[in-house]
Amino acid sequence: MAETAESGGFNIHPMDQFEVKSLFGGDIAFYTPTNVTLWLGLAILATVLLLVVGSRGRALVPTRTQSVAELTYGFIRNMIEDITGKEGLKYFPYIMTLFMLILFGNALGLLPYSFTFTSHIAVTAFLAVLVFVAVTILGFVKNGAKFLGLFWVSDAPLVLRPILAIIELISYFVRPVSHSIRLAGNMMAGHAVIKVFAGFAGALGLGAVAPIVAIVAVYGLEALVAFIQAYVFTILTCVYLKDALHPGH
Amino acid sequence: MATGADAAEHTSSGMPQLNFETFPNQIFWLAIALVIMYFVLSRIALPRIGSVLEDRHNTIANDLEQANNLKRKAEEAEEAYNKALADARAEANRIAEATKADIKKDIDAAVAKADAEIAAKVAESEAQIAEIRKSALKSVEDVANATTEDIVNAILPGSADAKSVKAAITSRLKG
Repeated sequence: MAETAESGGFNIHPMDQFEVKSLFGGDIAFYTPTNVTLWLGLAILATVLLLVVGSRGRALVPTRTQSVAELTYGFIRNMIEDITGKEGLKYFPYIMTLFMLILFGNALGLLPYSFTFTSHIAVTAFLAVLVFVAVTILGFVKNGAKFLGLFWVSDAPLVLRPILAIIELISYFVRPVSHSIRLAGNMMAGHAVIKVFAGFAGALGLGAVAPIVAIVAVYGLEALVAFIQAYVFTILTCVYLKDALHPGH
Repeated sequence: MATGADAAEHTSSGMPQLNFETFPNQIFWLAIALVIMYFVLSRIALPRIGSVLEDRHNTIANDLEQANNLKRKAEEAEEAYNKALADARAEANRIAEATKADIKKDIDAAVAKADAEIAAKVAESEAQIAEIRKSALKSVEDVANATTEDIVNAILPGSADAKSVKAAITSRLKG
């Protein structure tokens, strides 16, 4: 992409926004506060403002912020209950953690000059692998060897079962990959597209009506995608959790 | 993009997402963020919102129950009112019937008394009328006697005999 920008003569660097930078300069060691740290902190702050500060009145008739907090709570809680049943509610705090962190990571990333940590494969892969490992361990702890029934399709013809088992096994291990790349890819692509159009607008100067209209449209779409991808990540986590709690088809 | 992995000294030439040098940093801070977020949510936010929702649910259930109770009471009161109204109506009817019967008895008695008085008066009047008639007949006889005597005296002076005249008239009147 950098090459096309150079050959087009524009000074567009759509990927620069994703660069991890140290906040105070210097090399990046694992403990260095970076823009990742800053925007993770802001996502936590936003969550605290919404869910903790928003609900501090404990009002019987909720204020607007409390109402939004309650809606978010009910949204995720119902999702878990619908997909995994009552026993999945034990994991509600962690799933809520995932949802809020990704949602605010996506949403805050839409602010100009911000940094979107959910566009980084390192972040999303860590989240997805955490879910994958936790769900796999949980599956074996809860069901023992019966958890392997997830790969043995008992209502298929006997001849097909080993083949299906291999396919199921592959698809099981591909889960964290698709789980993480879906989120990071969506975030990265959307932000890069906005940045490219912004570069066009900068190059065209005052006559840049079309790129600006395009930016507005893509931005609206991205606002939707920010929510939908947080939702998708969470609902997939619930689906994997359901497989661990109730293996078999 | 393939250069992204080895572009250590010049990260902007590829995808910053594939610059593995920043991975430990990102994962370190992400892990810390997850832990903080988890504790904030599981210790403060979620229990609080959960209890608020439960409180509201209970309050609404209580209010509904109370409303049902009050409604039932209102229905009972209406029933009692209707019953009282029906009782009062029956009582009023009973009183009206009794009064009517009393009045009828009084009227009957008064009518009977009036009839008796009227009968007595009629009898008295009839007696009077009979007496008047008798005295009137007697007067007629007297007048006839006197007149006849006078007439006889006028035609034949000195020949009038009161006794015979009277006998003649009596026979005439009877005839």
